[in-house]
Parts: sequence; C-alpha cells; structure tokens
Amino acid sequence: MNSGRMNIRTLLFTAALGWSALVFAVDNTPPLPDPAMQQRYVTLINEFRCVQCQNEALADSNVSLAADLRLEIHDLIQKGKTDDEIRDYLVARYGEFILFRPRMSLRNAWLWAAPALMLLAGLGIALRVMRQRARLPITDDEPADNTPDA
Amino acid sequence: MKRFLLPLGVFTLLVIVLAFGIYNAPKNGSKEIVSPLLGKSAPEFTLPKLLEAGQSYQGKSLLGGWHLVNVWGTWCGECRAEHATLLQIKGEGRVPIVGIDWKDEDAQATAWLSQLGNPYEIVVTDRDGRVAIDWGVYGAPESFLVDPQGIVVEKQTGAMTMADWQQKFLPHLSANPQGDAKAGV
Repeated sequence: MNSGRMNIRTLLFTAALGWSALVFAVDNTPPLPDPAMQQRYVTLINEFRCVQCQNEALADSNVSLAADLRLEIHDLIQKGKTDDEIRDYLVARYGEFILFRPRMSLRNAWLWAAPALMLLAGLGIALRVMRQRARLPITDDEPADNTPDA
Repeated sequence: MKRFLLPLGVFTLLVIVLAFGIYNAPKNGSKEIVSPLLGKSAPEFTLPKLLEAGQSYQGKSLLGGWHLVNVWGTWCGECRAEHATLLQIKGEGRVPIVGIDWKDEDAQATAWLSQLGNPYEIVVTDRDGRVAIDWGVYGAPESFLVDPQGIVVEKQTGAMTMADWQQKFLPHLSANPQGDAKAGV
C-alpha cells in the first residue's frame, strides 16, 4: 500500500519534471541532420551572449532575436562554415561583446597580463622587505615606531 | 613616514583607476554595444517595399547621398516615442530616412504610418530578421547614418531625440555635405 503510493508520487514527480523540461525548452530550431553538427550547434549557442538580454546565452534566451540568431547559426553550420567562421560572422555584426569568452587582442592584452604583473610586483616588494629585514641587527627589541600607541 | 609612501602611492593609483572607470562608464550600464559596423560599408540587402507591393529595394540605392536608416516595428514602444523626432528630421529635409520594418506585420505597419504620419522616403520589410542581423540590430529602434560612399558613420541605439540628432548626427553632415548636393540633384 505504502509502496504503491510512493510509486504514484514518483510518477507524478517524474511527470512534473518532464513537463518543466518542455516549458524551459526555448530552442525551437529544427535539429541538424548530423549529430556531430548538432553537437557543434549546441556548443556554439552556449558560447554566444544574447545581445538583447546580455546575461543569458543564446541557448537560454526566449527573445525572438535569440531565436533568429540560433537559426542563423543552424544555417551557417549546414552551409559548411567552421566554428571560427561562425564566430567571426557574429563578431563582425555584434562585436566582441557577443562572445562570453573574449578573445585576446592588443586592446585587452593588459587585462590578461595584469595578474602576472601584479604577482611580479608583489614578489618584488616581498623580496625588498626580506632583504631589508635581513640587514637589521639581530635583536629582540622592536623598532620604537612599531609599538602600539595605547 | 617614508615607509607609507609606497602603499599610499599604490592606493592613489587604485583610486585614479577606479575613478576613471566610474566616470567613463556608459550612462545606461553596459547595455549599449558599440557597433562594429561604424566606419564600414553598410551591409548589402534586397528587401520588399512595404507600400509598393511587389517591388523590392536594394541596399545599393543608399549610395550617392546621405541616408538615415531606421530600424523599427509597430510592436516597439520606443519607436512610437521616436516617431515625432523622425517626422521632424524629415521636415528639415537634409537626409532621406529609409525605414526597415523589423519582424512586423504589413497591415499593422501600414496602419501605423497612416495614423502617425510617414517620415520615411522608403520603407522595406524584414520579416524574418535576417537583414537586421547583418546590421547588428539588437533592439529597435536603431538608426544608422550612411554617408554617400555607403559607409556607416554614426549609430543610435534606442529612441532618437532632436538633441541626439543635432549633437551626434548633424555634425557628420556638416563636415562632409557633398552628399546633400548630390541628393538634391
């Protein structure tokens, strides 16, 4: 009896899950005939920003422009364009901003280099401090200006 | 005192960098995308005309004179707000406006123009949004100023006001008015 009720619950739960998947399936673009192509399609639509809603990927967006762009990518794959050609195609129209993972360029090189530069700067400072400390006479007395005021 | 110099310097540098970032941030957050089309040729297209059934319009027709290309739709509230500005620009008579009616219905678009007035020299219809993608359109209204050589020199995202028109767009025309002369012939 108890296990029977559990089963109905499980069934209902599964049905609900299935229904929610239908609700959230925003992509109505017809699937590509070749599974490898379809895989590339799915990867690509997750790589691009929906320029209208900006924090969503093309894959997740309900906006009609996102649907148009998905269809465009679908057709470009079918026309035999490579992933890079498709990226170039969209960047030429919407700018680098459409890429969730920006490309390295002269303009943003400083951004990429910044962490390494900061690490180097930190190392430099640490080295200087250590050298200064090494030159101090060995004594237990703290320097006068380093004691708490209170 | 000297030992505070370095941290203070680093801190000041940080403040300068952050202040620069804050004061140079676009007014409406990161919403506005700088069009990669600026300085490049306007994309080619052939689209059906809205008001002249059966006829089509080619993007090549933009060559030889200044044009304002305006992307709009009757579903777009901002476009309604912008309409008065477009009519005023038409009234000035300096630049013909080409309308791209984007993802819309012919009947509604025609009704819109007869109710609110028609600021366009020509209206073409982009029903599946393919041409809008080529123009990098991501939200109507958007307006592009195309020079006589077919180069996109200015873009407005969102409703254009007369202030936008006078400050952003008109200086391009004044700097290189030969398009005006050609268009006037």
